[in-house]
Amino acid sequence: MSEEVLCIENLHVSVDGIEIIKGLNLVINKGEVHAIMGRNGAGKSTLANVIMGHPAYEITSGTIHYLGRALEEFEVFERARAGMFLSFQYPVVIPGVQVGTFLRKSVKAVRGDDSLSPRQFRAELREKMSLLEMDRSFLGRYVNDGFSGGEKKRLEILQMLLLQPKLALLDETDSGLDIDALRVIADGINSVTTDAGCLVITHYQRLLNHVQPDFVHVMIDGKIVKTGGSELAGKLEEKGYEWLETAA
Amino acid sequence: MAEENAQNAIVDYQFGFHDPETATIRFDSGLSEKVVRDISELKGEPEWMTEIRIKAFHRFEQMPMPKWGSDILEQIDFDSIIYFLRSSEKTEKNWDDVPKDIRNTFERLGIPEAEQKWLGGVTAQYESEAVYHSIREDLEAQGVIFLDMDSGLKQYPEIVKKYFCSVVPYSDNKFAALNTAVWSGGSFLYIPKGVHVEMPVQAYFRINAKNMGQFERTLIIADEGAKINYVEGCTAPTYSTDSLHSAVVELIALEGSTIRYSTIQNWSANVYNLVTKRGVAHANSTIEWVDGNIGSKLTMKYPAILLRGEGAHAEVISVAYAGKGQHQDTGAKVHHLAPNTTSNILSKSISKHGGRSSYRGLLQVTPKADQCRSKIVCDALILDPESRSDTYPTMEIGNSTADIEHEASVSKVSGDQLFYLMSRGHTETEAMGLIVNGFFEPFTRELPMEYAVELNRLLELEMEGSIG
Ligand SMILES: Nc1ncnc2c1ncn2[C@@H]1O[C@H](COP(=O)(O)OP(=O)(O)OP(=O)(O)O)[C@@H](O)[C@H]1O
Ligand SMILES: [Mg+2]
Repeated sequence: MSEEVLCIENLHVSVDGIEIIKGLNLVINKGEVHAIMGRNGAGKSTLANVIMGHPAYEITSGTIHYLGRALEEFEVFERARAGMFLSFQYPVVIPGVQVGTFLRKSVKAVRGDDSLSPRQFRAELREKMSLLEMDRSFLGRYVNDGFSGGEKKRLEILQMLLLQPKLALLDETDSGLDIDALRVIADGINSVTTDAGCLVITHYQRLLNHVQPDFVHVMIDGKIVKTGGSELAGKLEEKGYEWLETAA
Repeated sequence: MAEENAQNAIVDYQFGFHDPETATIRFDSGLSEKVVRDISELKGEPEWMTEIRIKAFHRFEQMPMPKWGSDILEQIDFDSIIYFLRSSEKTEKNWDDVPKDIRNTFERLGIPEAEQKWLGGVTAQYESEAVYHSIREDLEAQGVIFLDMDSGLKQYPEIVKKYFCSVVPYSDNKFAALNTAVWSGGSFLYIPKGVHVEMPVQAYFRINAKNMGQFERTLIIADEGAKINYVEGCTAPTYSTDSLHSAVVELIALEGSTIRYSTIQNWSANVYNLVTKRGVAHANSTIEWVDGNIGSKLTMKYPAILLRGEGAHAEVISVAYAGKGQHQDTGAKVHHLAPNTTSNILSKSISKHGGRSSYRGLLQVTPKADQCRSKIVCDALILDPESRSDTYPTMEIGNSTADIEHEASVSKVSGDQLFYLMSRGHTETEAMGLIVNGFFEPFTRELPMEYAVELNRLLELEMEGSIG
């Protein structure tokens, strides 16, 4: 029996009175990797943000269930503590807050107060940073402050590894990465996929060469218009979105 | 909702407890020439000090209230203030000899513990006078003098006479005049030539009685090439009536010396905190004011540095936190009076729940002061629409070779920052606490570690109930 992590039914979402997501259905089970592809402005980030609970987006109809429970009643931090993780398309700068402090506090918040001794935390941190080929000096810098695009994405994935999610929402985590970084980050993602459901938003097949998707969905104008296997990504890369337009 | 939370925040002020009032000498409230004379006589002071006090008192009576600052000033009722209160007969060298209630208070404030771990010396003032004082023997052996100001005057009258009022004349402002008239307690610190004091020395000021006026006077002299790191903290019980804290601090940094003076002001919300702090920096010396204002009803404080000698350097790093009913009117004044002098001013303020913070700054470069450099950065963070932040910078640049930079910013906490932090498992309050601590980080990193941790904890407490 597959274990359902996320179930979205007939979801409609508006921001400032404008409908962005227009009847979307999606089921993600534990261990599955779902890729979502689609043009700029199709509503991909909106979907990820809405699942995480961003207050700017209003669910006008439809439901989202996470681990069998209706999501509306949960605040953002509760979703995080229940194992939901969003890797942001545009991670924000938190001036003056050191990465090391931030990671320690976040792990404590999500995994619980006494899940890790300071020593265990340091050991785990060291191990995961070396997996992501991140220098220790990052720990003393301020969160995302002056980080290059690729460095920001590495920090997102480091957080994902430390927070051990049950649902990972990865919004264009591959954008702006060089070839080596792509491989490193893909390794990071692959290390959580057996225990988690995974939603990977991307524009490029190249990430999907490293992170094997079980399903590829095409999103156009706030709806999933086509779902296929990993071969669909290649087809999109080759033919673009136009041939699907009529289906929308 | 916001109202209620703010009330809680005030009730939550963790240093608001008070001891039973036990006084060995307690003046009636109100101020007169007789009160001034009585204080001086009680302390057995030399004639010249009595005279300065009397002159300062008359000056205080004549001077109008400052026109700038805050309307709240007009609410001060000088007649209801108690100008002298002695709560212990002696300044003790051993905590065990300090009266029990008072000792308990300082233990709750963590002073004896901090002293053992990381301080070179401690003065603990309770109401008008020091109840405890000590300095590490190795510092004493190097000739460092660290005393409460009353003992300083008794034991080193010549040094005190030479420098008292030399940096802050009593006519400087109404509250400097008041302090000079009725001063009691404070620190006297002298560091001999070339001596570097690595461990910070600390003064802690505690008001306990209702309607108390605390008027400590501090004088620090760093002789040539000397180095000192002085820290002070202060708290008071929460009462419904007001108390007044009006201190004067004078620093003298002789050639090549360094004085760092750090303050964490955390008075309860019924204390007026009107303080004059000023230092003179001689050639190639450095004066640093590290000034944190978290508490009080109204604070007016603008640490100043006179760069009198060539190559002298001034550093003022300050943070202010203005919550409900609070006005933090703070800033910095730097006077470049000699060539090749440099200054850095960094001011950060947070306003919340209708609180008000103002930056009031003066930068002066005199015609003689060639090739000076100064950088001023003022950042304000406003947490809700009811709160307020203003900047009043004044520049008097009399020399065209001066290199001056000035940046100011006002920002709000962004929804995206909160969402990002909350998506990492932090509640809105915790997220706000992280952002606020981060905003103050350039200040906190300058503090001794123990203080930084304490300050962050304080701010996190302040953030509780900040979401309305
Ligand atoms: N907070 C917001 N306020 C106003 N409009 C918004 C907001 N968020 C999203 N939108 C609009 O919703 C539409 C979908 O945006 P979204 O960010 O979800 O697209 P996307 O599919 O992630 O695009 P991209 O590939 O460029 O990242 C866009 O037209 C965008 O301008
Ligand atoms: Mg997007």
